[in-house]
Amino acid sequence: MGRGFLKRLNWVDAFLYVLRIVIIVLVIYGAYNTLSSDKYTADQWLGLIMSGLAQGSIYALIALGYTLVYGILLMINFAHGEIFMAGAFTAVFAAEGLARAGWLETPVKATISILLLVLLASTVSMVLAILLERIAYRPLRGAPRLVPLITAIGASFFLQYTFKGFYGSGFKSYPLVPMLQGGIPIGAFSIPKVQVVVITLAIVLMAGLYFLVERTKIGKAMRAVSENKEVARLMGINIDRVIVFTFMVGGALAGAAGVINGLYRPQGVNFFMGFFPGIKAFTAAVLGGIGSVPGALIGGLLLGVFESIGPNLVLDGLGITGANQLKDVIAFSLLVLVLIFRPQGIVGEKLSEKKA
Amino acid sequence: MLEVKDVHSYYGNIHALKGINLTVNEGEVVTLIGGNGAGKSTTLRTISGLMRPRVGSMTFEGENLISFEPHQLVSKGIALVPEGRGVFAKLTVEENLEMGAFHRNDTAGIRADIEKSYELFPRLGERRSQLAGTMSGGEQQMLAVTRALMSQPRLLLMDEPSMGLAPVLVDVIFDAIESINKEGVTILLVEQNAHLALQVAHRGYVLQTGEIVLTDEAKALQTNPVVQKAYLGMDH
Ligand SMILES: Nc1ncnc2c1ncn2[C@@H]1O[C@H](COP(=O)(O)OP(=O)(O)O)[C@@H](O)[C@H]1O
Ligand SMILES: [Mg+2]
Repeated sequence: MGRGFLKRLNWVDAFLYVLRIVIIVLVIYGAYNTLSSDKYTADQWLGLIMSGLAQGSIYALIALGYTLVYGILLMINFAHGEIFMAGAFTAVFAAEGLARAGWLETPVKATISILLLVLLASTVSMVLAILLERIAYRPLRGAPRLVPLITAIGASFFLQYTFKGFYGSGFKSYPLVPMLQGGIPIGAFSIPKVQVVVITLAIVLMAGLYFLVERTKIGKAMRAVSENKEVARLMGINIDRVIVFTFMVGGALAGAAGVINGLYRPQGVNFFMGFFPGIKAFTAAVLGGIGSVPGALIGGLLLGVFESIGPNLVLDGLGITGANQLKDVIAFSLLVLVLIFRPQGIVGEKLSEKKA
Repeated sequence: MLEVKDVHSYYGNIHALKGINLTVNEGEVVTLIGGNGAGKSTTLRTISGLMRPRVGSMTFEGENLISFEPHQLVSKGIALVPEGRGVFAKLTVEENLEMGAFHRNDTAGIRADIEKSYELFPRLGERRSQLAGTMSGGEQQMLAVTRALMSQPRLLLMDEPSMGLAPVLVDVIFDAIESINKEGVTILLVEQNAHLALQVAHRGYVLQTGEIVLTDEAKALQTNPVVQKAYLGMDH
């Protein structure tokens, strides 16, 4: 029996080893083919990388919410995509109003409007995240880990259909902001303004979060609670407050991401809009190492760039046509591969080190 | 100062404390000795609010303690140095100390107390920006003790501070216990090392399978034949 198990284990290991080599060979071969065929110009590659970074920084902002909550509660808040949706969906109405009032016209007015929208969306998402924690998750603390996971999925549907009830099921779009149209020329290249703004906003928010977690008293308490709840209580830390605060921060970042996403991809605002970004951001968090703040950043940016250049670079070179429609395949294959080969992610620690 | 009366605590169905009575007076060092599994840690966990007793009463300076959360007891002046030290491995030494002062808001006072911790244990000062998890067991115990002091406790509960330490370091820690007490902090010290504990304590309690079986002045316990046989490893 023990022998049989060993044999099977070796067989699985061997299979995974071969799989790993096959993937590496395919990626290198595809990339080599594409690059040697000179099909795309340097300009195009730069464009793909920049749009990947812009998309990736939005993933990263959402991913932070997954990772912060996981770091403290070892729980995956699958309703986090809906928290993102709630802010984005609510702010789209305000954005339409601002557009009608002419408040997106001049750069000064547009800047004020964008900041107001970010504030509004963050507040909505934050309040929702607090309610979610209080109503759906706190009563289940201490239950087996599968229980809050199932609740999170339920909460996710609940939020989707509540917002459908409130705002209808039609699609809305964020109004275009004239200030963000066009590109910034850099030498021979031109980078879309909106990408620069998206990346800048994301960097500012992430720098703020970094400061919060590393330097402030509440941030240190978050790290303490994530390491050892019992000792944290003995230090005089009210862990319920720290947990609520963690949901608040994750929610606020997701709401901000909702508006930033609306600047970048104005279309497709409806009650279901949180689903894919939610899963992508979760992938990013796992890729970087769930529970790690820098991991969420690295994972988000890498996923954005992989998604953006992967189809052209690798799939094209392998002769797969219509490669651009395979973006989502890249994201989810990546999730599966990370879970198989490096479940702790890029910067994360081994899962076994965390006690559940 | 601390009065524990007929306290019963359970882990599920396991009856871990079967009616504990003990008193700690202001200014004393009181030790609770007993073998492995006697219920020493459970007693401290119950006093510090990590566990709720099913039966019994506990008062601190006349105030009923039951129904307070651990973080509330810290601001009332009770701090616990947990078994196995429990330093935050991924926080720096200084951040650990700041966490000890979590309920305080007097920035200057906190700063001064951090410097005092470094005076008490210069090793900690040298390692102030090092992650606590990278330090030796002895250094971690120094950190755990000073971190608890950062909350300015009037009653300090200590759970086996000598556990796993080399003899030299045990001496350092026990010297610190005496000087902390001289500065006016009352101490309830749990130890398996009865020999050491009875040297620094004024009074002692002997705990056996969840019950107090003996209590006396520390000097008297040192010469008590039962204690000598069971806990001091002497044969008569
Ligand atoms: N988490 C726990 N779950 C169940 N039983 C426990 C737990 N912790 C301690 N016990 C039991 O409670 C009794 C007292 O334990 P403890 O207070 O840790 O003893 P001591 O600190 O004196 O070694 C022991 O019989 C132990 O097995
Ligand atoms: Mg113990």
